[in-house]
Amino acid sequence: MSKRKTVVNSILLVVLCILTGIFLTPICFIVLNSFKGKLYISDAPFAMPTEETFSGLTNYINGIEKTNFFAAFGWSLFITVFSIIAISIFASMTAYYLTRVKTKMTKLLYYMFTFSMIIPFQMVMLSMVRLANGAHLNNPVGMVVLYLGFGGGLSVFMFCGFVKSIPLEIEEAAMIDGCNPLQTYFRIVMPILKPTAISVSILNAMWIWNDFLLPYLVIGVATDYKTIPVVVQYLIGSYGSRDMGAMMALLVLSIIPIIIFYLFCQKYIIEGVVAGAVKG
Amino acid sequence: MQKTIRKYFPIFVLPTFIAFGFAFLIPFVSGLYLSFCKFTTMLNPEWVGIKNYINIFSNRDFINAFYFTVKFAVASIISINFFAFVLALVLTRKVKGTNLFRTVFFMPNLIGGIILGYIWQSMINAVLAQYETTLVANATYGYWGLVILMNWQLTGYLMIIYIAGLQNISGDLIEAARIDGASPWQLLTNIKIPMVMPSITICLFVSVSNCFKLFDQNLALTAGAPSKKTAMMSLDIYNTIYGSTGTEGVGQAKAVIFFILVGAIALVQLMITKKREVEQ
Repeated sequence: MSKRKTVVNSILLVVLCILTGIFLTPICFIVLNSFKGKLYISDAPFAMPTEETFSGLTNYINGIEKTNFFAAFGWSLFITVFSIIAISIFASMTAYYLTRVKTKMTKLLYYMFTFSMIIPFQMVMLSMVRLANGAHLNNPVGMVVLYLGFGGGLSVFMFCGFVKSIPLEIEEAAMIDGCNPLQTYFRIVMPILKPTAISVSILNAMWIWNDFLLPYLVIGVATDYKTIPVVVQYLIGSYGSRDMGAMMALLVLSIIPIIIFYLFCQKYIIEGVVAGAVKG
Repeated sequence: MQKTIRKYFPIFVLPTFIAFGFAFLIPFVSGLYLSFCKFTTMLNPEWVGIKNYINIFSNRDFINAFYFTVKFAVASIISINFFAFVLALVLTRKVKGTNLFRTVFFMPNLIGGIILGYIWQSMINAVLAQYETTLVANATYGYWGLVILMNWQLTGYLMIIYIAGLQNISGDLIEAARIDGASPWQLLTNIKIPMVMPSITICLFVSVSNCFKLFDQNLALTAGAPSKKTAMMSLDIYNTIYGSTGTEGVGQAKAVIFFILVGAIALVQLMITKKREVEQ
């Protein structure tokens, strides 16, 4: 039995290694081709760069110059970081209030937040973009407000689930000792919520960083505030004479930050995904 | 205590609620209203009753998009869940390097739809170039391209959820079944699959929702080409609203139908989840 299991596991190991190769092929493909001259890419797409086709960092320099990639990276980072900070603070406060105060209104609010999770973006897209333009939210700070609204549904829902499990006695003790609700919240409740806040932040960071349509429609391509997905679409969005080399380099540059972040926070990311899936 | 907290409504709830109002509440209500209007800017809506809803069917775009979405969703949901479950079974067998494999298989999930779409577009085009054709030459290529892309992106995500489910099965149960002489196949069909039914429900709905709402990948991979044959519902709505003037109202009406469809799916999920909770 045990010997058979070893044999089976060895076969599985080989199969898994082949699968890993297949999974990594698209990534290897763009990395490989990003170092080839743009005219050579379509000749032999899966070949290693040779002395003739190797182009050094030309594609990268082209891609960065054409799209102002570092600015896009900065704005993506700005919007993502401040959005998840805003969501962690405000959505958890809202969840706390909605769980602790039981009135018809809080019940209605809770259902509204939950309901918003199932609304597809296309349903609100048209009106929201015009409203955002009218309210001067078409800038990175405005984007943070919109993401607080969009991420609010799932986040409030997840925080509510956790606040319910915190025993009331701790807060009552704090209140008797003279804390007002704000102090109680920031000193007692928020530290307890930290693991949930990490899961919620990871889940939101994953979609906000990659979100395309909202910044594309609200901020647009004619400003300096383009995010990474927007510049990628902007550079290579139309068929025609496109610079294949710069495109490959840009794709590589776009996934590098994600992969670095993933390798460092893998444990939290996987935990967050499991928690979000089970609750959402 | 409830009374003290209650006074703090403006601090605890208002920030999230205002953002929520901008992102969801107002656009949702105004979107519903606008679906019954003819307009080009939001300043001049003119009530036209259900004319927009009738006009949806003046051409076959939306119906074709619906069929294409269903066709794509069925193939993707079955294949993704199958592969994810098999991978989860293999990776809970204590094969060497399990963590490394899990890391690699999950990684594509973190890459944004636009970037992912262009990675696959360039790779599939590179392969097809050997046969002197392109991805947009034939709708079948776009269809399978999307299915493969979706498998690449979502398999790792669902695998993580299945792994969590499989690890929750108590070791005693499996041990007991083994002592009773259950074969590996019986172990799978009589113990493992019934015990991970909650994970299967979650994964089914995660994949249904992801496949139905798919937009970024669709836009980046084929943008609907050739001649809208590979446009899914989200993309068709987007094109109706932003692709031409005068059809904004029709596009919004399509969005409402899309919302009802997605909402119905979510409702079924909720009912199934609730029912199971009662049974336990």
